[in-house]
Amino acid sequence: MRDIIVVGCGPGGSAVAKYLASKGYDVVVYEKRQEIGAPKRCGEGISISGLKKLNLELPSYCIRQKINGALVYAPNGKCVEIDYGGDAGYIVERKVFDKWLAEEAVRAGAKIQAKTCIKEVVKENGKVVGVKGEFLSEEFTERCRILVAADGIESKISRMAGLNTTINPLLVDSGFQFEMVGIDIPDPRKIYLYFGNKIAKRGYVWIFPKGKDVANVGIGILGKSEKSAKEYLTEFIKSREELRKGSILEVNAGGIPVGGLLKKMTLDNFLVVGDAAHQVNPIHGGGMFEAQFAAKIAADVIEESLQKGDTSNKQLDKYNKEWWKQRGNYLKKVEKLREVVEKFSDDDFNFLAEELEGDLLIEFTRGKGLTTLAKILLKKPNLVKLARALL
Amino acid sequence: MEWKWNKKLCLRCGGCVGVCPKLALELTEQGLEHNKELCAYCKICEEFCPVKAIKIKK
Repeated sequence: MRDIIVVGCGPGGSAVAKYLASKGYDVVVYEKRQEIGAPKRCGEGISISGLKKLNLELPSYCIRQKINGALVYAPNGKCVEIDYGGDAGYIVERKVFDKWLAEEAVRAGAKIQAKTCIKEVVKENGKVVGVKGEFLSEEFTERCRILVAADGIESKISRMAGLNTTINPLLVDSGFQFEMVGIDIPDPRKIYLYFGNKIAKRGYVWIFPKGKDVANVGIGILGKSEKSAKEYLTEFIKSREELRKGSILEVNAGGIPVGGLLKKMTLDNFLVVGDAAHQVNPIHGGGMFEAQFAAKIAADVIEESLQKGDTSNKQLDKYNKEWWKQRGNYLKKVEKLREVVEKFSDDDFNFLAEELEGDLLIEFTRGKGLTTLAKILLKKPNLVKLARALL
Repeated sequence: MEWKWNKKLCLRCGGCVGVCPKLALELTEQGLEHNKELCAYCKICEEFCPVKAIKIKK
């Protein structure tokens, strides 16, 4: 009998395991894939302020590029520059970063096993008591006091456990990305973001540099669009000389939950973290920080539950409450902004690019300055209704 | 009704599994497995797919 079984060894799963193992609990993480961290479904950007909040000091070999600003492009090409006033983020190498996180969990005392598929959540009297899985074709059953689902967008473990995490399809962005080399990046210390309904319906195209001629060139769009994410991105790349000549090192895809935050993420002896719980920033789609931050909250609640010998839903509910207090309410505000942004026409984006300063854009991504944005929107008659939604 | 999966296009990203309201899809080593019994042929997976590797004929 394990204290904790974690399913999924992404950043969220590793973090839960690390925190709890360091407190002396018996934790195992099962990862379905044969290799941790690959293939990635990620643009690989993470903020330094986020890493600080997580108390994580990355070894330099995880970091491909330091980022100190962003260039945001309106459909007409007008650019708004965001200057973070120094290094504010990293583009990491997920394959290396995820493995390092996993190693840290093991160093703290956790056990991790790749190529292990969890086929069934074992329940007794309606309560989760363990899992049935397969490691290199060998079947096993294992019991645990608490099961943590960190199985990403697929989120099958929760649903097998009896927690409905099925997401409204309109709240999942369809993501597609090439990691390219041999492209021209004017300044690799900046990330590049391109908005517009012809470029990326609802979402945006990103270029996240991993050096002066290497980058993740990706797109996230509303799934229900006329064209696929792949088609939108291919057209974008074709239209640009600096990208067209590049070579493709990786082809990535994925679903990005940009809403659908769950009020209830627990059951008796069970909780869910990360993409599987839709814990993603709804405006930029980043999930690495959110997963690890939620993992910390979850681990604290699990520790308390195990100490008390009470792992009931009622006890674990503290995780729902704490997460909503610390992250959920904030992310909900950011989601409101996304709902407004997705209604903008190309003309509206062009108007905003003229009106907005870079500093204000930083505030927006943090869920702040929305009143200021509303005031700007009020200047354009067709945007008055959207402005009201923000106030 | 027919559910078709193009394994040459599919990138095994698992997004379709996440959006399926019926738990009718599973990503395994063999690829994407479709459960005919559970599937509602609602086209949500088809619409989501970033590379349009799923086609449903009603």
